[in-house]
Parts: sequence; structure tokens; C-alpha cells
Amino acid sequence: MSEPDSLSADLRRLEEIVRQLESDDSDLDCSLTLFEEGVVRLRAARERLVEAETRIQKVLQDAAGQIRVVDFEE
Amino acid sequence: MRSARPSADRPTAWSVTELVNQLRSAVESSVGRVWVRGEVSSLKVYGSGHWYFTLRDAESCVRCVMWKTYTSKMKAPPAEGTEVFILGGPTIWEERGELRMTVQVMLPTAGVGLQQLGKERVRAALEKDGLFDPARKRPLPEFPRALAIVTSEDGAALGDIIIVAKRRWPSIRLVIVPAKVQGEDAPRALVRALKAVNQLEDVDLCVVARGGGAREDLATFDEERVCRAVAALRVPCISAVGHETDISLTDLVADVRAATPSAAIEMALPDRAECLRHLGSLGSRLARGLSRRTALVEARLARTGDRMQVAMARRTGEPRARLDRLAGQLEALSPLGVLARGYSVAQLGDGTVVRRRAQLPAGTRFTLRVSDGEVGAKSERGTA
Repeated sequence: MSEPDSLSADLRRLEEIVRQLESDDSDLDCSLTLFEEGVVRLRAARERLVEAETRIQKVLQDAAGQIRVVDFEE
Repeated sequence: MRSARPSADRPTAWSVTELVNQLRSAVESSVGRVWVRGEVSSLKVYGSGHWYFTLRDAESCVRCVMWKTYTSKMKAPPAEGTEVFILGGPTIWEERGELRMTVQVMLPTAGVGLQQLGKERVRAALEKDGLFDPARKRPLPEFPRALAIVTSEDGAALGDIIIVAKRRWPSIRLVIVPAKVQGEDAPRALVRALKAVNQLEDVDLCVVARGGGAREDLATFDEERVCRAVAALRVPCISAVGHETDISLTDLVADVRAATPSAAIEMALPDRAECLRHLGSLGSRLARGLSRRTALVEARLARTGDRMQVAMARRTGEPRARLDRLAGQLEALSPLGVLARGYSVAQLGDGTVVRRRAQLPAGTRFTLRVSDGEVGAKSERGTA
């Protein structure tokens, strides 16, 4: 879940699974496996979408250009 | 074939072509590209889009040509006698043996401050280095996780950005990199902030924003060092600093230009509501896909069931009506009913469905999938 584009990967894979299930050339055990994987990815993607609150930070720079990231007070 | 350049101690005379070629190289390398101030006269606009004119001052004149590529950027040809700045370089036209200035930029001096002249100079330098090249433009990430925002901490832009970001993609992390966006210190502050963005390891995208303000303040975003710092960003950049009518050079160097800071955020972040709708539709297609699949199996089982019932009915003499009702009930069962009705699926450790005895030598562990879950099992006798 920490991969930067895991959501994107989950969506791509889900679309592929749905296409395979909708096509006529997979047998039952393959379909069950696909369905199970689809459910896992669907849940992961949904969790990613609703997970965290917006986090706002701010960069502080000292005279030497060293940076420090702190929470931002709105 | 002549290969050597003509030289003074060569016994024969130079050809005209040799002379003109020699002069052309000398002229072209003499002053390079320069700004020249003068009055336009004898301007001829050709159907091809090229302009031919003479640029003169009190003592001298030079003939100029401006090709269609460059005239197409001009609103209209200047009136006779207009004083202009031109940016161009000299060459010799071989066919006529005449000197020409090849002009790339023309600005009327009236209403052109030093500021615009400076902007054109920077534009030419950046263009020469290919910084406006469309091939440089990077695509924006589909689902960014962290967004760097380079803007003034007390401008209106920041508030708008936060509101839009929270609404569109609440799981985003915003990293504000404060910088003055107007005034004398602004270019230095912006360059510093843009360099800081490159030190942030996990940001996917950068937005450079400036809300409202006077047109003169835009000069900051026409500064060469600011443009070059934008071009040097490690991550794709959206610039939202210009006005509708006046595009800054930073806008041209950035990967994408937005009209306002809010518009920049809308481009940067996907819309969560839309994304959830898409997921919902994938979910129902997933369920439909599986039930269609199991329905096919169900139909096969039902046919087998029919045949068994027929056999039974023959033996017990049950009426045909009863048979039809049972068949109808089978049809109406849900896909998952296959398991609920007492069928189970045996699967090996790798998920393969067991179809033959040969798959289960004695002692093989396997899983039985029943209606409410799975049961571990082990085969007792091998293939008989």
C-alpha cells in the first residue's frame, strides 16, 4: 500500500479482471481466483480512497538552504 | 571538384560564389544575434506571409527580411515609419550578393518598456536552449500522493488551494514551500523555494501559484533564473501565475499552465467522488461477471439434475408436473446456491480444482470449499 502508484495499479488490474470475467474464455476455478483477487483489490482501492485526512506541511529553510518539514497551522 | 577554400596566393581568380560564400560566413559570425532600434520603411507583405522591409535611422539603413514563422506571431505589420526594436542577425543573400538582416522578433518602441525588451531577450535565450520544446513536457501523475505548493504564505492563492485540494482528493499531502512572489526579493526567494522542492524526496508534483496582483509583478515570473529553476524541477510542474491575457515565461517552461491556482489543483488532483463511482461500477461488473460464469456451471448441473430426475421419475412413476417444478426451482437458485445445495469444490493448495482421482495421491492435503467457508482435508486412499 505504500507504493506511490498502487492505487493506479489496483485500478488497472481490476479493469483487467473484470474484462476477463466478462469474456467467455475462463473456466470456473480460474474465475473464482480472479473474483477473489478482484475483491481484494477493490477493497484496497476503496480503503486508499477514503483513508487519510488531508495532511498539510510546510517547508522551513535556514540560511544555508537546509530544509525542515513541519506541520502547517491553518 | 573544389574542396579547398580560395586563398590569396592561389594563382587563379575566385569565383563569385566563392567570394560571396566567404563574405556570408564573415558577416554571419560578425555580430551574431542582436537587438537593433530603427524605423521601418518600404515594408512589403507577401502572400507567402514573409515581410521585406528596410530599417533605417538618420544616417544608415539595412534591408531586412522576416519569415512567415516569425511574422505569424505578430498581430499586424507595422505602419510606415514606426520605430521598432528588432532581434535578428545579418547574412548575405548569395543570389544577389546583398546584405540582409534576418529578423525574428519585432517590437514597436512605443509602449514597450525595458521590461518587455528584457522579457523578449530571456524568451529568446530559453527558446534557444529548447526549454519551450513540447517534447520536454512531462505527463502529470494519475494519483499523486504529495504535492509541493510554491506560493506566498499569506496570499489568497494558498487558501483556495487548500480548499480545493481537500474537496477533490482528501488523502493528499500538501507540502507548502513558502516564497515571496512579488517585489525585488521575489526571484531569489522563488529560486530558493524551487530548489527546496527538489530536496523533498516523496513529492510527485509541484504547483507554482500566484493569486491576482498587478501585471508589473508578473516580471518575477519572466526572470530567467526563475524559469530555469522551474525547468530544473525533478517532478512535473503546473504553473498558475499568469493572467488570462498575459502569459509569463514560467508558464511556458512549466509542463502545464493553469489559469488560476484553483484550476491548477483541479488539474493536479483526481476527483475522489468520480473515482469512487468508477470503483462502484467495477465492483458490480465483477459480481455480474462471476455470476454469469457460475450460472453456466449451474445450468450444466441443472441439466444433469434433470436427467437424474427423469431417471428417478421413470422408476418411481412421479408425474411430469413435479419434474417441471423441480427443474424450475433449480433454475431459480442463486449462483452461490450451488454450494449451499451441498455441492462442494475441492481445491489443491495452489487453488487448482480437483477433477480427477490422479490429482489426489494418498496423503494429499486439499481444501473443501463449502457454502459457508473452507475445510482442510486429506485424501486417505490413492488412485485405485
